[in-house]
Amino acid sequence: METSFQEFAAIEAVAHHHPWPRRLVEAEMWLDLAARLAAGEGTFLALWGDVGAVHLAFLDAGATAVPAVASLACRDGTFPSVAALLACAIRPERAIRDLFGLTPIGMPDERYWLDHGRWPEGRPFHPPEPAEASAAVVPPYRFLASTGPGLHQIPVGPVHAGIIEPGHFRFTCNGETVVRLEARLGYVHKGLDRLMAGATIERAAKLAARTSGDSTVAYSFAFARAVEAALSVEAPPRSQWLRALMAEIERLANHLGDIGGICNDAAFSLMLAHCSSLREQVLRTAETAFGHRLMMDAICPGGVTVDVKKDGMAAVRGLLKVVRAQFAELVELYDNTASLADRTVATGRLSAALARDFAAGGFVGRASGRSFDARRDLPYAPYDRLHFEVPVLTEGDVNARIWIRIREVGESLDLIEQILAGMPSGPIAVDLLGHIMGVSEGLAVVEGFRGDILAWVRLAADGTVERAYLRDPSWAHWPLLEAVIEGNIVADFPLCNKSFNCSYSGHDL
Amino acid sequence: MRRILFENVFSRALTEPAPAVDDPELLTLAAQLKEGIDRTFGGSLSIRQVDAGSCNACELEIHALSNPYYDLERFGLKFVASPRHADVLLVTGPVTHNMREALERTYNATPAPKWVVASGACAIDGGVFAGSYAVVGAVDAVVPVAIRIPGCPPSPKTLIRGLLALMAAQPAG
Ligand code: SF4
Repeated sequence: METSFQEFAAIEAVAHHHPWPRRLVEAEMWLDLAARLAAGEGTFLALWGDVGAVHLAFLDAGATAVPAVASLACRDGTFPSVAALLACAIRPERAIRDLFGLTPIGMPDERYWLDHGRWPEGRPFHPPEPAEASAAVVPPYRFLASTGPGLHQIPVGPVHAGIIEPGHFRFTCNGETVVRLEARLGYVHKGLDRLMAGATIERAAKLAARTSGDSTVAYSFAFARAVEAALSVEAPPRSQWLRALMAEIERLANHLGDIGGICNDAAFSLMLAHCSSLREQVLRTAETAFGHRLMMDAICPGGVTVDVKKDGMAAVRGLLKVVRAQFAELVELYDNTASLADRTVATGRLSAALARDFAAGGFVGRASGRSFDARRDLPYAPYDRLHFEVPVLTEGDVNARIWIRIREVGESLDLIEQILAGMPSGPIAVDLLGHIMGVSEGLAVVEGFRGDILAWVRLAADGTVERAYLRDPSWAHWPLLEAVIEGNIVADFPLCNKSFNCSYSGHDL
Repeated sequence: MRRILFENVFSRALTEPAPAVDDPELLTLAAQLKEGIDRTFGGSLSIRQVDAGSCNACELEIHALSNPYYDLERFGLKFVASPRHADVLLVTGPVTHNMREALERTYNATPAPKWVVASGACAIDGGVFAGSYAVVGAVDAVVPVAIRIPGCPPSPKTLIRGLLALMAAQPAG
């Protein structure tokens, strides 16, 4: 019997990697682990590159699944492809090749992904050769073929019609019906990993906060926890509760925006008007409480940078009242509008099997039967002391993704109430400087509004960031969006797309 | 639904008065631009937003301009889907190398006269992403910029101030 998880667990862990272990493996075990994950015995979390090495993070099998990282040294600049066994690793692997010049042997899709042949300096983490502009090596992009009678293509983007991020969608259609959608991303690749390398913790935290603007709190939270894990430091209790308060306010703002936005894409603009004014009130409350509408840079490694302002607590309490009263009516309106249900029910169905295989997080996974929420399943402070439900549905359609959000709005309101009631007093940050001693690594998983965000960091002996990686939930969601649109009509794409609300910037890095 | 619509008819509008344009630099720019805009567009501008590499927080706040509190359209400013219908390109983000051509093509597809507004710290000078191998940097390194709106991200009020300065006119009544 294969026992690679046990064999893996028997390997001595790398020193100073916290709180979960990282272990060096050989190619054989690397592939064996990938095969276990492909067989559904564990859960893929992330696959990322390093200088001369690759890392695979996963949850092992069993009731108390905890994260672990397997690392493989790429001695000759290659590594055995995980994607050959695990479809959700295809794009991460393409990105590793683009950024680090490491070749996955047996990779099922050899097209460049983030590298569009426009970077002047070649592979950003692969400097030895004379810099060669990426245009010299990257061939023109070839979209996957669809064959059959009566097919036509619709190219959309990278500049879209609305106020949204850029990306290219290539639809192949038969009449109105979508036969295949393929997304091409990477347009907003800003070189985040490279900018982080060598940065001070303070600057890296600023960069992390700007990974995906709608999740700025969640990213700052995740990055801070990773740094604190590396340094074996605990942020003061008050800062942890303030972080959760911000995280729930962010979730509330995004869910309200999304619910209105999805309905608007079904031409029901009344919901958008009401939801967007609720969202506006949430952002104004955030400004009153923390001095910034999106609470950007309010969380830092070591704690938080701002305590709640004088009128903040009262403003949040007032907000809870307003949202509770008005949102209930909007839910009723959504539920009772048949013409809207006609658009959202049974549209863009994601099967439970695909959600599981791609380890889809957030409302995408939870609307398709995957019950995972980092706040509950990998509990971190203060959520280990709070009570909340993780709603799960099985229909997997646009309607289910709306209902998960609706339920989560309710849970967030309850959580905020508990946080206000239990908020401890005390300092809001600790100084990290005294804790820096030698190279150390940290891993954290934090639940953003869109799903679980993974942050990994290696700090150098001088306390700067040697390497950091931030994994957005959208890595799993983008390919699934392609799957759910198949067989739907083109006009339902905006609806499906908005119900997923994937991040471009968080994915493109 | 009828009840909500009915209540809306009788409830007070959420929309707030426009913020004052008080930045002297913006006022100077406004004076320069006023004449041309009035002559050409009769006080109304169509805006095409282009994300040239933003983290998306800038877009969220631009989106907020359409909510009932700000209701941008009352100033004669409206967002359009095609650069061919636009007078103004509202550009966010550090321009990435991967978006450079798309931005140039969007600019070229916009009929003259046209103005580019660089919105947010990244659009002004690359922001925290300046110096990356993957970004060109400021918007004005790629297309000529008429006006800059600071902030990370600029709040809806700051955006309105900047856009009103571009229009060089307070809304009439
Ligand atoms: S200016 Fe700030 S909010 Fe806007 S794109 Fe840049 S980092 Fe994001």
